Amino acid sequence: MKELWSLFTTFFLIGSITFGGGYAVLPILLREIVQKRKWIGEEELLDYFAVSQATPGVICVNISTFLGYHRKGFLGAVVATFSVVLPSLIIITTIAAVLTNFSDILWVQHAFAGIRVAVSALIASAVWNLAKKNTRTAVKIGIALLTFAGVAIVSISPIYVSIVFGVFGAFFFGRRREA
Amino acid sequence: MIYLQLAFEFFKAGLFAIGGGLATLPFLIQMSQNYPQWFSIDQLMQMVAVSESTPGAIGVNMASYVGYHVAGIFGSLTATFALVLPAFLTIAIVVRVLDRFKTNRRIIGAMEAMRPAVTGLIAAAGYTVLQSVLFTAEAGLATLRWIPLILFMILFFLQRIPRLQSIHPVAYIAAGAVLGIAFQL
Repeated sequence: MKELWSLFTTFFLIGSITFGGGYAVLPILLREIVQKRKWIGEEELLDYFAVSQATPGVICVNISTFLGYHRKGFLGAVVATFSVVLPSLIIITTIAAVLTNFSDILWVQHAFAGIRVAVSALIASAVWNLAKKNTRTAVKIGIALLTFAGVAIVSISPIYVSIVFGVFGAFFFGRRREA
Repeated sequence: MIYLQLAFEFFKAGLFAIGGGLATLPFLIQMSQNYPQWFSIDQLMQMVAVSESTPGAIGVNMASYVGYHVAGIFGSLTATFALVLPAFLTIAIVVRVLDRFKTNRRIIGAMEAMRPAVTGLIAAAGYTVLQSVLFTAEAGLATLRWIPLILFMILFFLQRIPRLQSIHPVAYIAAGAVLGIAFQL
Protein backbone atom coordinates (compact mmCIF):
# COMPACT_ATOMS: atom_id res chain seq x y z
CA MET A 1 0.00 0.00 0.00
CA LYS A 2 2.80 2.36 0.93
CA GLU A 3 4.54 1.60 -2.34
CA LEU A 4 1.36 2.23 -4.35
CA TRP A 5 0.95 5.57 -2.60
CA SER A 6 4.51 6.55 -3.47
CA LEU A 7 3.83 5.50 -7.08
CA PHE A 8 0.75 7.73 -7.05
CA THR A 9 2.54 10.79 -5.66
CA THR A 10 5.58 10.29 -7.93
CA PHE A 11 3.63 10.03 -11.16
CA PHE A 12 1.16 12.73 -10.17
CA LEU A 13 4.20 14.98 -9.72
CA ILE A 14 5.64 13.92 -13.09
CA GLY A 15 2.31 14.61 -14.82
CA SER A 16 2.21 18.03 -13.16
CA ILE A 17 5.68 19.26 -14.09
CA THR A 18 6.12 17.83 -17.60
CA PHE A 19 5.37 20.42 -20.28
CA GLY A 20 4.90 19.30 -23.87
CA GLY A 21 5.22 15.81 -25.18
CA GLY A 22 7.69 13.14 -26.13
CA TYR A 23 11.23 13.91 -25.11
CA ALA A 24 10.28 16.54 -22.53
CA VAL A 25 9.60 13.84 -19.94
CA LEU A 26 13.03 12.17 -20.16
CA PRO A 27 15.12 14.63 -18.08
CA ILE A 28 12.35 14.72 -15.46
CA LEU A 29 12.28 10.92 -15.19
CA LEU A 30 16.08 10.87 -14.95
CA ARG A 31 15.94 13.20 -11.98
CA GLU A 32 12.86 11.82 -10.18
CA ILE A 33 13.09 8.07 -10.87
CA VAL A 34 16.81 7.38 -11.42
CA GLN A 35 18.63 9.94 -9.29
CA LYS A 36 16.25 10.75 -6.42
CA ARG A 37 14.31 7.51 -5.93
CA LYS A 38 16.82 5.08 -7.51
CA TRP A 39 14.00 2.80 -8.71
CA ILE A 40 15.93 1.85 -11.87
CA GLY A 41 19.27 2.65 -13.52
CA GLU A 42 19.76 5.16 -16.30
CA GLU A 43 20.34 2.51 -18.94
CA GLU A 44 17.14 0.69 -18.02
CA LEU A 45 15.21 3.96 -18.23
CA LEU A 46 16.55 4.59 -21.75
CA ASP A 47 15.48 1.06 -22.72
CA TYR A 48 11.95 1.71 -21.47
CA PHE A 49 11.94 5.03 -23.28
CA ALA A 50 12.94 3.43 -26.58
CA VAL A 51 10.21 0.80 -26.26
CA SER A 52 7.67 3.50 -25.29
CA GLN A 53 8.35 5.20 -28.61
CA ALA A 54 7.66 1.97 -30.49
CA THR A 55 4.42 1.10 -28.71
CA PRO A 56 1.16 2.86 -29.60
CA GLY A 57 0.10 5.88 -27.59
CA VAL A 58 1.55 8.88 -25.81
CA ILE A 59 5.24 8.35 -24.88
CA CYS A 60 4.99 9.97 -21.45
CA VAL A 61 2.06 7.74 -20.46
CA ASN A 62 3.64 4.60 -21.93
CA ILE A 63 6.83 4.97 -19.95
CA SER A 64 4.82 5.58 -16.78
CA THR A 65 2.91 2.36 -17.41
CA PHE A 66 6.21 0.50 -17.87
CA LEU A 67 7.68 1.93 -14.68
CA GLY A 68 4.52 1.11 -12.74
CA TYR A 69 4.75 -2.49 -13.95
CA HIS A 70 8.39 -2.68 -13.04
CA ARG A 71 7.68 -1.44 -9.52
CA LYS A 72 4.48 -3.23 -8.51
CA GLY A 73 3.13 -5.37 -11.37
CA PHE A 74 -0.29 -4.88 -12.93
CA LEU A 75 -1.71 -2.82 -10.05
CA GLY A 76 1.37 -0.61 -10.10
CA ALA A 77 0.87 -0.04 -13.83
CA VAL A 78 -2.76 0.99 -13.25
CA VAL A 79 -1.77 3.43 -10.50
CA ALA A 80 1.14 4.97 -12.45
CA THR A 81 -0.94 5.41 -15.63
CA PHE A 82 -3.89 6.90 -13.77
CA SER A 83 -1.81 9.32 -11.72
CA VAL A 84 0.25 10.62 -14.65
CA VAL A 85 -2.91 11.65 -16.58
CA LEU A 86 -4.79 12.96 -13.53
CA PRO A 87 -3.14 16.44 -13.47
CA SER A 88 -4.03 16.90 -17.18
CA LEU A 89 -7.66 16.02 -16.48
CA ILE A 90 -7.90 18.44 -13.56
CA ILE A 91 -6.04 21.35 -15.18
CA ILE A 92 -7.59 21.05 -18.63
CA THR A 93 -11.21 20.68 -17.53
CA THR A 94 -10.77 23.71 -15.24
CA ILE A 95 -9.30 25.84 -18.04
CA ALA A 96 -11.87 24.61 -20.57
CA ALA A 97 -14.70 25.49 -18.18
CA VAL A 98 -13.28 28.97 -17.57
CA LEU A 99 -12.50 29.69 -21.24
CA THR A 100 -16.05 28.84 -22.32
CA ASN A 101 -17.25 31.81 -20.25
CA PHE A 102 -14.79 34.22 -21.82
CA SER A 103 -14.96 33.18 -25.44
CA ASP A 104 -17.67 35.70 -26.36
CA ILE A 105 -15.55 38.74 -25.47
CA LEU A 106 -14.24 40.46 -28.60
CA TRP A 107 -10.60 40.95 -27.59
CA VAL A 108 -10.43 37.34 -26.39
CA GLN A 109 -11.47 36.33 -29.90
CA HIS A 110 -8.70 38.52 -31.38
CA ALA A 111 -6.20 36.95 -28.97
CA PHE A 112 -7.23 33.46 -30.03
CA ALA A 113 -6.99 34.39 -33.72
CA GLY A 114 -3.38 35.42 -33.02
CA ILE A 115 -2.77 32.26 -31.00
CA ARG A 116 -3.94 30.17 -33.96
CA VAL A 117 -1.25 31.81 -36.11
CA ALA A 118 1.37 31.07 -33.42
CA VAL A 119 0.22 27.44 -33.13
CA SER A 120 0.46 26.92 -36.88
CA ALA A 121 4.02 28.31 -36.75
CA LEU A 122 4.81 25.87 -33.90
CA ILE A 123 3.40 22.95 -35.90
CA ALA A 124 5.35 24.02 -39.01
CA SER A 125 8.49 24.19 -36.92
CA ALA A 126 7.84 20.73 -35.44
CA VAL A 127 7.45 19.34 -38.98
CA TRP A 128 10.72 21.00 -40.00
CA ASN A 129 12.60 19.41 -37.09
CA LEU A 130 11.01 15.98 -37.64
CA ALA A 131 11.82 16.12 -41.35
CA LYS A 132 15.47 16.97 -40.68
CA LYS A 133 15.77 13.94 -38.39
CA ASN A 134 13.56 11.37 -40.11
CA THR A 135 13.86 11.87 -43.86
CA ARG A 136 17.53 11.27 -44.58
CA THR A 137 17.22 8.70 -47.38
CA ALA A 138 15.31 8.72 -50.67
CA VAL A 139 12.97 5.96 -49.48
CA LYS A 140 12.15 7.89 -46.30
CA ILE A 141 11.55 11.13 -48.20
CA GLY A 142 9.21 9.10 -50.43
CA ILE A 143 7.33 7.73 -47.41
CA ALA A 144 6.87 11.23 -45.96
CA LEU A 145 5.73 12.73 -49.29
CA LEU A 146 3.35 9.85 -50.06
CA THR A 147 1.82 10.16 -46.58
CA PHE A 148 1.45 13.93 -46.95
CA ALA A 149 -0.19 13.65 -50.37
CA GLY A 150 -2.43 10.76 -49.29
CA VAL A 151 -3.72 12.50 -46.17
CA ALA A 152 -3.72 16.18 -47.20
CA ILE A 153 -4.99 15.77 -50.75
CA VAL A 154 -6.82 12.43 -51.00
CA SER A 155 -7.95 12.44 -47.30
CA ILE A 156 -6.79 8.91 -46.50
CA SER A 157 -7.29 8.02 -42.83
CA PRO A 158 -4.09 8.28 -40.73
CA ILE A 159 -4.90 4.76 -39.49
CA TYR A 160 -4.10 3.22 -42.87
CA VAL A 161 -0.85 5.16 -43.05
CA SER A 162 0.30 3.67 -39.72
CA ILE A 163 -0.67 0.14 -40.79
CA VAL A 164 0.73 0.28 -44.33
CA PHE A 165 4.10 1.80 -43.45
CA GLY A 166 4.43 -0.27 -40.28
CA VAL A 167 4.12 -3.44 -42.35
CA PHE A 168 6.27 -2.00 -45.15
CA GLY A 169 9.04 -1.10 -42.70
CA ALA A 170 8.95 -4.47 -40.99
CA PHE A 171 9.64 -6.17 -44.32
CA PHE A 172 11.72 -3.55 -46.17
CA PHE A 173 13.93 -2.12 -43.41
CA GLY A 174 13.55 -5.18 -41.17
CA ARG A 175 14.95 -7.71 -43.64
CA ARG A 176 18.49 -6.40 -43.22
CA ARG A 177 20.66 -8.26 -40.73
CA GLU A 178 21.29 -6.52 -37.46
CA ALA A 179 24.88 -5.46 -37.01
CA MET B 1 -24.18 7.22 -27.09
CA ILE B 2 -21.89 10.25 -27.36
CA TYR B 3 -19.61 8.62 -24.77
CA LEU B 4 -19.41 5.47 -26.87
CA GLN B 5 -18.48 7.47 -29.96
CA LEU B 6 -15.87 9.44 -28.02
CA ALA B 7 -14.46 6.25 -26.52
CA PHE B 8 -14.27 4.57 -29.92
CA GLU B 9 -12.62 7.56 -31.65
CA PHE B 10 -10.00 8.06 -28.93
CA PHE B 11 -9.33 4.34 -28.64
CA LYS B 12 -8.50 4.40 -32.37
CA ALA B 13 -6.24 7.45 -31.92
CA GLY B 14 -4.49 5.80 -28.97
CA LEU B 15 -3.95 2.61 -30.93
CA PHE B 16 -2.62 4.12 -34.15
CA ALA B 17 -0.88 7.33 -33.06
CA ILE B 18 2.74 6.38 -32.51
CA GLY B 19 5.38 8.73 -31.15
CA GLY B 20 5.13 11.78 -28.96
CA GLY B 21 4.07 15.38 -29.08
CA LEU B 22 1.73 16.16 -31.94
CA ALA B 23 1.26 12.52 -33.09
CA THR B 24 -2.43 12.61 -32.09
CA LEU B 25 -3.11 15.83 -34.03
CA PRO B 26 -3.81 14.16 -37.42
CA PHE B 27 -6.43 11.98 -35.71
CA LEU B 28 -8.11 14.99 -34.11
CA ILE B 29 -8.25 16.79 -37.47
CA GLN B 30 -9.93 13.76 -38.96
CA MET B 31 -12.34 13.71 -36.02
CA SER B 32 -13.35 17.33 -36.63
CA GLN B 33 -13.98 16.45 -40.29
CA ASN B 34 -16.02 13.34 -39.47
CA TYR B 35 -17.93 14.96 -36.59
CA PRO B 36 -18.22 18.67 -37.50
CA GLN B 37 -20.72 19.17 -34.67
CA TRP B 38 -18.02 18.21 -32.11
CA PHE B 39 -15.47 20.95 -32.80
CA SER B 40 -14.10 23.09 -35.64
CA ILE B 41 -10.48 23.37 -36.77
CA ASP B 42 -10.39 26.84 -35.13
CA GLN B 43 -11.54 25.36 -31.82
CA LEU B 44 -9.01 22.55 -32.19
CA MET B 45 -6.21 25.14 -32.56
CA GLN B 46 -7.33 26.76 -29.33
CA MET B 47 -7.14 23.34 -27.64
CA VAL B 48 -3.63 22.74 -29.03
CA ALA B 49 -2.55 26.13 -27.66
CA VAL B 50 -3.91 25.34 -24.18
CA SER B 51 -2.42 21.82 -24.31
CA GLU B 52 1.03 23.15 -25.15
CA SER B 53 0.85 25.82 -22.44
CA THR B 54 -0.20 23.60 -19.54
CA PRO B 55 1.58 20.71 -17.77
CA GLY B 56 1.03 17.17 -19.01
CA ALA B 57 1.63 15.28 -22.24
CA ILE B 58 0.12 17.14 -25.22
CA GLY B 59 -1.81 14.06 -26.44
CA VAL B 60 -3.43 13.52 -23.04
CA ASN B 61 -4.22 17.22 -22.62
CA MET B 62 -5.89 17.36 -26.04
CA ALA B 63 -7.98 14.27 -25.29
CA SER B 64 -9.11 15.81 -21.98
CA TYR B 65 -9.98 19.07 -23.71
CA VAL B 66 -11.83 17.57 -26.69
CA GLY B 67 -13.73 15.21 -24.38
CA TYR B 68 -14.77 18.08 -22.13
CA HIS B 69 -15.74 20.25 -25.09
CA VAL B 70 -17.92 17.49 -26.58
CA ALA B 71 -19.55 16.01 -23.48
CA GLY B 72 -18.47 17.72 -20.24
CA ILE B 73 -16.49 16.17 -17.42
CA PHE B 74 -17.52 12.60 -18.19
CA GLY B 75 -16.59 13.20 -21.81
CA SER B 76 -13.17 14.34 -20.63
CA LEU B 77 -12.72 11.17 -18.53
CA THR B 78 -13.99 8.95 -21.37
CA ALA B 79 -11.69 10.45 -24.03
CA THR B 80 -8.60 10.43 -21.81
CA PHE B 81 -8.96 6.85 -20.60
CA ALA B 82 -9.93 5.61 -24.07
CA LEU B 83 -6.74 7.22 -25.46
CA VAL B 84 -4.58 5.53 -22.84
CA LEU B 85 -6.24 2.09 -22.88
CA PRO B 86 -4.70 0.62 -26.09
CA ALA B 87 -1.20 1.54 -24.91
CA PHE B 88 -1.92 0.05 -21.51
CA LEU B 89 -3.03 -3.26 -23.03
CA THR B 90 -0.09 -3.34 -25.45
CA ILE B 91 2.41 -2.71 -22.68
CA ALA B 92 0.86 -5.43 -20.50
CA ILE B 93 1.98 -7.84 -23.25
CA VAL B 94 5.24 -6.15 -24.25
CA VAL B 95 6.55 -5.99 -20.68
CA ARG B 96 6.73 -9.80 -20.64
CA VAL B 97 8.82 -10.00 -23.81
CA LEU B 98 10.74 -6.76 -23.38
CA ASP B 99 14.19 -8.06 -24.25
CA ARG B 100 13.03 -9.76 -27.43
CA PHE B 101 10.83 -6.76 -28.34
CA LYS B 102 13.55 -4.15 -28.26
CA THR B 103 15.98 -6.14 -30.42
CA ASN B 104 13.42 -7.52 -32.89
CA ARG B 105 14.55 -6.36 -36.33
CA ARG B 106 10.99 -6.36 -37.71
CA ILE B 107 9.88 -3.93 -35.01
CA ILE B 108 12.99 -1.77 -35.46
CA GLY B 109 12.30 -1.81 -39.23
CA ALA B 110 8.65 -0.87 -38.73
CA MET B 111 9.69 2.06 -36.55
CA GLU B 112 12.17 3.21 -39.17
CA ALA B 113 9.35 3.53 -41.73
CA MET B 114 6.83 4.93 -39.23
CA ARG B 115 8.96 7.95 -38.30
CA PRO B 116 8.94 9.51 -41.80
CA ALA B 117 5.26 8.51 -42.11
CA VAL B 118 4.44 10.36 -38.86
CA THR B 119 6.41 13.33 -40.21
CA GLY B 120 4.17 13.30 -43.30
CA LEU B 121 1.05 12.93 -41.12
CA ILE B 122 1.90 15.94 -38.97
CA ALA B 123 2.82 17.91 -42.11
CA ALA B 124 -0.63 17.13 -43.53
CA ALA B 125 -2.21 18.24 -40.23
CA GLY B 126 -0.18 21.46 -40.39
CA TYR B 127 -1.34 22.01 -43.98
CA THR B 128 -5.02 21.75 -42.96
CA VAL B 129 -4.46 24.06 -40.01
CA LEU B 130 -2.55 26.62 -42.07
CA GLN B 131 -5.33 26.74 -44.65
CA SER B 132 -7.85 27.65 -41.97
CA VAL B 133 -5.54 30.34 -40.59
CA LEU B 134 -4.42 31.96 -43.84
CA PHE B 135 -7.61 31.90 -45.88
CA THR B 136 -11.13 33.17 -45.34
CA ALA B 137 -13.97 31.83 -47.39
CA GLU B 138 -16.07 34.81 -48.45
CA ALA B 139 -18.96 34.10 -50.78
CA GLY B 140 -17.41 30.73 -51.57
CA LEU B 141 -14.15 32.37 -52.62
CA ALA B 142 -10.94 31.67 -50.72
CA THR B 143 -9.14 34.93 -49.94
CA LEU B 144 -5.57 35.05 -48.64
CA ARG B 145 -5.17 37.01 -45.40
CA TRP B 146 -1.88 38.89 -45.57
CA ILE B 147 -1.34 39.85 -41.94
CA PRO B 148 -1.61 36.27 -40.59
CA LEU B 149 0.70 35.10 -43.40
CA ILE B 150 3.40 37.64 -42.51
CA LEU B 151 3.05 36.93 -38.76
CA PHE B 152 3.22 33.19 -39.45
CA MET B 153 6.44 33.59 -41.43
CA ILE B 154 8.05 35.78 -38.76
CA LEU B 155 7.11 33.34 -35.96
CA PHE B 156 8.31 30.37 -38.02
CA PHE B 157 11.69 31.89 -38.92
CA LEU B 158 12.28 33.05 -35.34
CA GLN B 159 12.18 29.38 -34.34
CA ARG B 160 14.86 28.56 -36.92
CA ILE B 161 17.39 30.86 -35.19
CA PRO B 162 19.63 28.50 -33.17
CA ARG B 163 19.95 30.87 -30.21
CA LEU B 164 16.17 31.04 -29.87
CA GLN B 165 15.63 27.25 -29.97
CA SER B 166 15.40 26.97 -26.20
CA ILE B 167 12.47 29.41 -26.00
CA HIS B 168 9.38 27.61 -24.73
CA PRO B 169 6.32 27.31 -27.04
CA VAL B 170 4.30 29.19 -24.40
CA ALA B 171 6.29 32.34 -25.29
CA TYR B 172 5.22 32.06 -28.94
CA ILE B 173 1.60 31.44 -27.93
CA ALA B 174 1.66 34.50 -25.65
CA ALA B 175 3.22 36.56 -28.46
CA GLY B 176 0.46 35.29 -30.76
CA ALA B 177 -2.21 36.48 -28.32
CA VAL B 178 -0.65 39.96 -28.08
CA LEU B 179 -0.25 40.21 -31.87
CA GLY B 180 -3.84 39.02 -32.35
CA ILE B 181 -5.15 41.84 -30.17
CA ALA B 182 -2.75 44.42 -31.65
CA PHE B 183 -3.68 43.63 -35.26
CA GLN B 184 -7.38 42.96 -34.51
CA LEU B 185 -7.15 39.58 -36.28
